[in-house]
Amino acid sequence: MPGKEVPSGKSAAKAQTKPRYDKIKLPETDEGTMVFNLDPLIIKQHYAIDYLHSYAEDSPFFAGLAEGKLRGSECIKCHYRYATPRACCMQCGKKTKWIELPLAGRIHSWTTCYFGSEAFLKETPFNLALIEFDGINTLLLTRLIGPTQEEMRVGMKVRAKFRRNSKFDPTDVYFVPDEPVARREGAV
Amino acid sequence: MRPVYMISGGITKFTKANPRQSFRLMVKESFDYAMHDVPKLRHDMIDGSVVSYFSDHFTRQLMAGIMATDFLGLCPKPNKRVEGGGATGGLCFQAAWEAVASGRMNVCAAYGFETMSHVNTWKGNEFIALASDTNFDYPVGGFYSGYYAMMAVRHMYEFGTTVEQMAMVSVKNHKNALHNTWAQKHLDLTVEDVRKAPMVAYPLTLLDICTMSDGAACCLLASEEVAAKVCARPVKIIGVGCGTDAMRMADRPHGNVILLKHEEPSWYKNLKYPGVHSFRAGRMATKLAYEQAGIEQPLEDLDFVELHDAYTSSEIQTYEDMGLCRYGEGGKFIESGAPALKGKIPVNPSGGLIACGHPVGATGLMQAVFAFWQLQGAVAQHNNGDGAIQIKPKKKSRPLRGAIHSHAGTGTYVTVSIMESTQ
Ligand SMILES: [Zn+2]
Repeated sequence: MPGKEVPSGKSAAKAQTKPRYDKIKLPETDEGTMVFNLDPLIIKQHYAIDYLHSYAEDSPFFAGLAEGKLRGSECIKCHYRYATPRACCMQCGKKTKWIELPLAGRIHSWTTCYFGSEAFLKETPFNLALIEFDGINTLLLTRLIGPTQEEMRVGMKVRAKFRRNSKFDPTDVYFVPDEPVARREGAV
Repeated sequence: MRPVYMISGGITKFTKANPRQSFRLMVKESFDYAMHDVPKLRHDMIDGSVVSYFSDHFTRQLMAGIMATDFLGLCPKPNKRVEGGGATGGLCFQAAWEAVASGRMNVCAAYGFETMSHVNTWKGNEFIALASDTNFDYPVGGFYSGYYAMMAVRHMYEFGTTVEQMAMVSVKNHKNALHNTWAQKHLDLTVEDVRKAPMVAYPLTLLDICTMSDGAACCLLASEEVAAKVCARPVKIIGVGCGTDAMRMADRPHGNVILLKHEEPSWYKNLKYPGVHSFRAGRMATKLAYEQAGIEQPLEDLDFVELHDAYTSSEIQTYEDMGLCRYGEGGKFIESGAPALKGKIPVNPSGGLIACGHPVGATGLMQAVFAFWQLQGAVAQHNNGDGAIQIKPKKKSRPLRGAIHSHAGTGTYVTVSIMESTQ
């Protein structure tokens, strides 16, 4: 047939693939797959991510820990005072301003953890406590260092201490007893 | 709003690990069970669906919901994912209710799943703890059992609740589950067994806490017209309620109790509420559901409750939120035997999360399926002939009635739905 011939995809492929691609191979590696079980086939998949996490409007709290200061929030409208910072008030939804918290308070509640998330397993047993402060409406979650489970109690006077080498996370502040510690009488 | 009925339900047997089925196949199994139970419902009568699963970390598959949906042959009909921590299943159930009540759909399928066995227990704890504030809570030692332990300690301090009372919840629920073939755990325990189990976070031992599970559940909801056509014993959903609270339990207020109809302000003159001892979201969900269902005296007007007992302590806290007893009396309530199978108001006749398992996205739907079978009088039929946990009506003057309660976080999202027999 004269003139331009449009090759059909089929015949063009047939003509070219064989010689050109025949010897192409995916490079083999010696990295294997960890297999736990064959039926059903269970393999190991790794999953890890580094985030560029911004503390954003909460940044002054973490910067404050490095200066040995505990910062909370006070609502500009209803004046509710929060022991853990929040930019907006839970009561009325208005904005808050920064306030400085006292560095001493009392245990509102507590526990001793013997198991945990993978990230904290190596630290067990550890105490968690919710701290109440005079003049502040809400609580602060923290680690309570020192007392054993038998010595922890609701109402114990405690004071804040700060890491010298800040990690810029909420464990930069922790609390210790601010009164003599003895074996607890009651259950909590 | 139109009346909405549950016309069928199905679940997979919850297990510690189910590596032989993907989440899609588990959902399919629960869906097929539900479809099998209502043969007059043709597949093409389903107008759309809602799907629930809690954690993308466990699934490691974003948009997993559509993969369940395309296994059920429900594409290209409407579907969406609903997520709210531990209350994911309860929220999914209510989203399906909304679809039918609004008239958007005549039949809506609600299904949920979780595959928690894909990581080890410690990693699983971490994934769950990521559902707490990751700036202020998680890095301190993020561990939900630790958070609940602190609530339990405060409940003990405020009200004198004892560790033995908490253990009684575990004993009761595990005993009920001895007659539930679907339950993950079948254990005949004593209070001493619970207290001697390894301490996880004081005062909670391993037997005060539910385990992680793989599983799926499915509910089919329909309009009155379709329900009457395809189902011999439809169950009417007579009330739905949902409540919320701040993510951080440290932020919870110390104010006044939200009162239910039968409660007096004088009961709680000196109680700072909710603090960390009570769940304001649970109370709000209860109030809204009771108001819609016309429940004024929960102990008289309900025949059973399936509630979110991820912890024995939270079952005690929830008795109070749901008005089964006064705030502060939850410990005495379990001790009185009232929530036992033959008690005044059986709570968790199925065995609850503690014995049945807690594949998060499926759990709230599992409760609906158990309640549905109860209200159909069909427990034995779905349970290898064992009807020991079948609840009988308290009163002849009204139909058998039950409440289901689904709960997230440290009490951040809670749903309560009231269901009633039509027989
Ligand atoms: Zn305010």
